[in-house]
Amino acid sequence: MATQHSKTAARLMISPAVILLLLWMIVPLSMTLYFSFLRYNLLMPGMESFTGWDNYYYFLTDPAFSAALTNTILLVGGVLLITVVGGTLLALLLDQPMWGQGIVRILVIAPFFIMPTVSALVWKNMFMNPVNGMFAHIARALGMQPFDFLAHAPLASIIGIVAWQWLPFATLILLTALQSLDREQMEAAEMDGAGPLDRFLYITLPHLTRAITVVVLIQTIFLLGVFAEILVTTNGGPGTASTNITYLVYAQSLLNYDVGGGSAGGIIAVILANIVAIFLMRMIGKNLDA
Amino acid sequence: MGKITLRNVQKRFGEAVVIPSLDLDIEDGEFVVFVGPSGCGKSTLLRLIAGLEDVSDGQILIDGRNATEMPPAKRGLAMVFQSYALYPHMTVRKNIAFPLKMAKMEQSEIDRRVENAARILNLTSYIDRRPGQLSGGQRQRVAIGRAIVREPAAFLFDEPLSNLDAALRVNMRLEITELHQSLQTTMIYVTHDQVEAMTMADKIVVLNAGRIEQVGSPLTLYRNPANLFVAGFIGSPKMNLIEGPEAAKFGATTMGVRPEHIDISRESGLWQGEVGVSEHLGSDTFLHVHVAGMPTLTVRAGGEYGVHHGDKVWLTPQADKIHRFGPDGRAL
Ligand SMILES: Nc1ncnc2c1ncn2[C@@H]1O[C@H](COP(=O)(O)OP(=O)(O)O)[C@@H](O)[C@H]1O
Ligand SMILES: [Mg+2]
Repeated sequence: MATQHSKTAARLMISPAVILLLLWMIVPLSMTLYFSFLRYNLLMPGMESFTGWDNYYYFLTDPAFSAALTNTILLVGGVLLITVVGGTLLALLLDQPMWGQGIVRILVIAPFFIMPTVSALVWKNMFMNPVNGMFAHIARALGMQPFDFLAHAPLASIIGIVAWQWLPFATLILLTALQSLDREQMEAAEMDGAGPLDRFLYITLPHLTRAITVVVLIQTIFLLGVFAEILVTTNGGPGTASTNITYLVYAQSLLNYDVGGGSAGGIIAVILANIVAIFLMRMIGKNLDA
Repeated sequence: MGKITLRNVQKRFGEAVVIPSLDLDIEDGEFVVFVGPSGCGKSTLLRLIAGLEDVSDGQILIDGRNATEMPPAKRGLAMVFQSYALYPHMTVRKNIAFPLKMAKMEQSEIDRRVENAARILNLTSYIDRRPGQLSGGQRQRVAIGRAIVREPAAFLFDEPLSNLDAALRVNMRLEITELHQSLQTTMIYVTHDQVEAMTMADKIVVLNAGRIEQVGSPLTLYRNPANLFVAGFIGSPKMNLIEGPEAAKFGATTMGVRPEHIDISRESGLWQGEVGVSEHLGSDTFLHVHVAGMPTLTVRAGGEYGVHHGDKVWLTPQADKIHRFGPDGRAL
């Protein structure tokens, strides 16, 4: 696009798409903003009135909010930790030459194709159920008391389920990165006297930083919005033990029929997500340059 | 010390035999060049010596000790790879220091050796850059620096100059030769370029399909090639190889004569031919002469030799420079 003429033409031609995207984003966002300043309860139709910052005040001072914020951070952090560490190890394993490599790789990726609702239900009913679940059977076979995961460790259980879903994604990205590692570099390190651990620390891990950055960025975006797994398994409970911000917004607006409060929560969630995004880009986004 | 001995070394990849069986002695301090066409097993042989591949059979001795089963790091050899294999996320300093760090050497000693290597190789002004910010020749020098700081028993080079442009290649060739002069350490150098082999080697090992065709000093190979393969491979431009009745007159199945050993005349001589293409290099002129009943002969003439396409010339091979080969391709 060298000439003035072609630049103008290009702008003209992309403008419909840009405008459509903008409307697509702006309209719901501004409606949410508008609702968040209304007292708007579905149980009292026709009574909407402007309330200023009240909705925000009530949402932020609700004790459930600080619990949900902590849970969100724990959930995102926990899943990231498990998937990055586990994904790196799995990728290292899958990168070894072995028999049936192709099939094993497809099997490893399989969990990613299962819908969150389905996988959460499977985990809840077939694995973690204290009576019929597989873990309960195993515990009884070993002569131990079955553990009611979702009642006694709800957040940890959900972290496990979500990590199981995202592990293949991390593994896949890290595996492709591993395969692009120059074999001669590895051999040079071997000749330089680096053992397997040194080679991993000084050669493999630095090579993987960019891929790990991608995994962290993409997963964070999706993990901030985890919802189906919570709805299907614990409903955010017991109490608020497994409620994250997304679930709190849902509980506020739909369970309490409070559209105004829910909208305020939604806006707060958007702001929080943006803060996280800015921090992430600052901290690790520089790995993506070069 | 860096005396390397290969005894009956074989290498197979599954069914494919890459190196059938090979014996070779490399003396301490020698500059040995493995030369041969692409795919003949030069890199494989070098990697066997380095320990990056396992031998299928036979023994490798380094300074008299059996090193066949030793891991690469224990052999005391340093390798310079074709792709340089620098660590991209480390600065030049860290790259060069890496083997010393792995050897758990003291930091002051590491610094001393790295500074020293950087000075020898003219890298001091780039020492805090990363490999990505260096030119090909500089990267090459970093790779060499990483090898010399270890003070290895021998250096292994796998086609280290093939990624450089022609002018730089000539330069680096000299630098490596000078490095060998000053360090007096054994060097094994792999190349497919016979010019590199001729200019750098104390001893050339000509390989063909994993077999050693001949071992000798550059001039030995030039003067007395043991067989047709070596005759055709060493020397530039290639030796003229003539078969049939003309060779039979000299008592050989194939006779060979180098372009620089054919006298050219306008009046008289042994063979009469017609000039085809002539390549003027300034210092030399290479004429491609068509003689009836022979392949096109390459002949070297003086730089200012004035001939034209289609001129008739007489050629005479110098009697004492004629190579004769028997039916099995071996020199008679
Ligand atoms: N890892 C390997 N597996 C199978 N065949 C190989 C392997 N490495 C090299 N070869 C084969 O061995 C032969 C020699 O290769 P190489 O030593 O790289 O040749 P050169 O360096 O002389 O060009 C080639 O035919 C190549 O295909
Ligand atoms: Mg090679």
